[in-house]
Amino acid sequence: MLTRSEHRASRAVGVAALVLIGLALAAPVSVLVSQGAGSGLAGTQGDYLLRITRFTLLQAGLSTLLSVALAVPLARSLARRPSFKGRRWLINLFAVPLALPPLVAALGLLEVWGRNGVANNGLALFGLETPFSIYGLSGILIAHVFFNMPLAARLILPGLERLPPEYWKTAANLGMGGLSLFRLVEWPAMRRSAGGAAGLVFMLCATSFTLVLVLGGGPAATTLEVAIYQALRFDFDPGRAVLLSAIQIGLTLAVMLGLRLISLPTEAGDTKGGATDRPDVARGWRALPDALLIAAAGAFVGAPLVAVIVSGLAADLGRLLSDAQFWRAAGTSLMIGLAAATVSVSLAGLMVRARYSVGEPPASVWLSLLSGLSAAAGSLTLLVPPVVLGAGWFLMLGGGAGQLLAPLSVIVLINALMALPFVIRVIEPAHASAMERNGRLALSLGITGFNRIRQIDIPAMLAPLATGFVFAVALSLGDLGAIALFGSDRIVTLPWLLYQKLGSYRTADAAGLALLLGAATMVLMIIADRLGARLGPASWAGRHQP
Amino acid sequence: MRSFRYLTPALAIFVPLLAGPAISADKTLTVYTYESFVAEWGPGPKIEAAFEADCGCDLKWVGVADGVALLNRLKLEGDRSEAGVVLGLDTNLVAEAKATGLFEAHGLDTAAVSVPGGYSDEVFIPYDYGHFAVIYDSEAIANPPTSLKDLVEGDPEQKIVIQDPRTSTPGLGLLLWMKSVYGDDAAAAWEKLSQRVLTVTPGWSEAYGLFTSGEAPMVLSYTVSPAYHMVAEETERYQAAEFSEGHYLQIEVAGMLAHAPDKDLAREFLAFMMTPGFQNEIPTQNWMMPAAPITMELPQAFSKLVTPEKTFLYSSDEVAENRAAWIEEWLGAMSR
Repeated sequence: MLTRSEHRASRAVGVAALVLIGLALAAPVSVLVSQGAGSGLAGTQGDYLLRITRFTLLQAGLSTLLSVALAVPLARSLARRPSFKGRRWLINLFAVPLALPPLVAALGLLEVWGRNGVANNGLALFGLETPFSIYGLSGILIAHVFFNMPLAARLILPGLERLPPEYWKTAANLGMGGLSLFRLVEWPAMRRSAGGAAGLVFMLCATSFTLVLVLGGGPAATTLEVAIYQALRFDFDPGRAVLLSAIQIGLTLAVMLGLRLISLPTEAGDTKGGATDRPDVARGWRALPDALLIAAAGAFVGAPLVAVIVSGLAADLGRLLSDAQFWRAAGTSLMIGLAAATVSVSLAGLMVRARYSVGEPPASVWLSLLSGLSAAAGSLTLLVPPVVLGAGWFLMLGGGAGQLLAPLSVIVLINALMALPFVIRVIEPAHASAMERNGRLALSLGITGFNRIRQIDIPAMLAPLATGFVFAVALSLGDLGAIALFGSDRIVTLPWLLYQKLGSYRTADAAGLALLLGAATMVLMIIADRLGARLGPASWAGRHQP
Repeated sequence: MRSFRYLTPALAIFVPLLAGPAISADKTLTVYTYESFVAEWGPGPKIEAAFEADCGCDLKWVGVADGVALLNRLKLEGDRSEAGVVLGLDTNLVAEAKATGLFEAHGLDTAAVSVPGGYSDEVFIPYDYGHFAVIYDSEAIANPPTSLKDLVEGDPEQKIVIQDPRTSTPGLGLLLWMKSVYGDDAAAAWEKLSQRVLTVTPGWSEAYGLFTSGEAPMVLSYTVSPAYHMVAEETERYQAAEFSEGHYLQIEVAGMLAHAPDKDLAREFLAFMMTPGFQNEIPTQNWMMPAAPITMELPQAFSKLVTPEKTFLYSSDEVAENRAAWIEEWLGAMSR
């Protein structure tokens, strides 16, 4: 319920927000295209591009296969054991990797899977001579499974838990064997969400940057995004960066179109009510396979987290906290995070308002275009990954050398756009229900325009706005993609500082820093989650780390 | 180049004290260099103190990943750079650096400088040199490679960490070393060697860190590197492998920028670079050979180092002409 002038204003600012997003996306892409048009394709370069593309697809495909293939039996085991001690705790643990900055997780994975890590030392005890290497494809796969297997399991589990208890009773009465139960009951219930999870995981892995940067190990294990970064920061070869970006955009576009064909699972979160009794499931020692699988998954996800905490506490935190460099980086990170969150929430709010104003169905072609574009704006930012976006701005600003404000603004903008799809998803349903509740009242009280936004609409939506805001801050706080291109001795964020310390092998410092950064983002994510939980599970729809 | 970490952790405590009260000086000289040079365990802090004692100025280091990254950064920044001096390019990059038009002739007398082959240039002044070498952990490797061919064709399970030639001068050095020995067959050799490469790091520091922490038993570094372990850690565990084909030489240079904010100060620093005040810090802080006279005694360990009989060095024009193509070839071979 809006007045006439409010409608006009809503649409106008909606268009303005769209134009801003459009510019933020189109300007760097057009720079990439125009720069790319001028540069030819060297003979051997084609080969290299082909190999990078192939590796990107290969690692994403394998990561997806592994993640989902492990998540299906894991979800099944969890559904079969609905009431063991610590089950809820474990499922919450599975949400942690997503909330963690990839760089922090990479450090934990190195502690566990590195040459001198727990895993290799364990293998050595069994007399295995050849240590396992975390660098290259194997490392990338481990990292991606660490991030995505728990996500997939959380997406698949609700499908099983939603099955009516009668199914299991009947199965028990019929004396159905494990195989036919899986074929006739469990798999059909998991199939859809498993497909959706696979698509999502593939998308996340195909655009993975930080993990490949840290664990890649040379040109043989490089993805498109890392190659774009290297083309700009190593070679300063804009032509190649452009070609790689074009391939990357084409690839994500294809994956996104593919994702439309398979429907995405709706929600991961709500699994706590899953205490359906399972009369078909054997107890006693025959629970062992399930127990082993669940314990192994818990250890696989938990060990790197424990490693981050243990080695972080072992580091000289006092020295780190008294280091001026740390506080400068923390200040920069916080400033960028707050600015990015403000931009993100504002843009999301404007677009949600505009879409509401347009209504269903839209009254004209123009209005339906506005509505459609606002809906697409979120996905558009997924289409152009942060590194590609950054690459365009990087070329436009001449590398941002010697400048401060411009590169900072670009980092803020990129981080804001990264968070945008998720912020919109949080705000939109809350806005709709607030309008339903208060719309008429505001009209009848004659409170309109800014007064209405300030006194009625914003207070009514405080929780979702705060959720979106805190989430955007957390996302920005852990981001390495944008800062990797623009970071310098003058612009240092916490992830950038961590990456540098990791690089120069000041492991103790890096471990302490990782703990602090990880703890900060976790706290923010938990706050966002708590705020979001009050909105009900329908509106707080999953957090997918880009 | 290259200094070592964990030198004396105790030293680190004093660094903030030294840097504590910002010396108010009206003149500032910004020097771009590679990261390991300015690390708290590197030569940077001592050289800074020595130079500031006389110049009445504030010397500001800016460290980037490694030598080639320095050149990339300059190309990016163009004449907007705030740097007065760039320290840490090597002769391989000199022609390309000059072609940017960003550097200016120093106009100094460089008679004090002495490096193998007698390098002399009107724009760049050598400040140290060293031969690249594969350093191995003698506790992990019983039979180290005795030639580059041995390294290429050896057991792929014994890994080496190398640096990226697109960012790092040692990485570029290995690329040129391979080219010197293998010529047109270098791509095939790289493809074979890639199976032994644990990972490719952007800079020397990362690679050497991985090596000393035990992630790999070999690393590309310098013949002088074992001296660090003998002097600072009193161990002969880490040794340089002598290669029968010969070793590639690196001469590290510095030059002043045409857009230096204070050219006299930049020139003063380059002159200082050729004096013992600077050079004395090179052998046991940067762990390279000094390029000008020193007034200290080299530690005993330096007499135990590998001294290559044959030395390779491309002219910088040759490198400038071929670097892009050779890196392309490297990328192609390494991504196979």
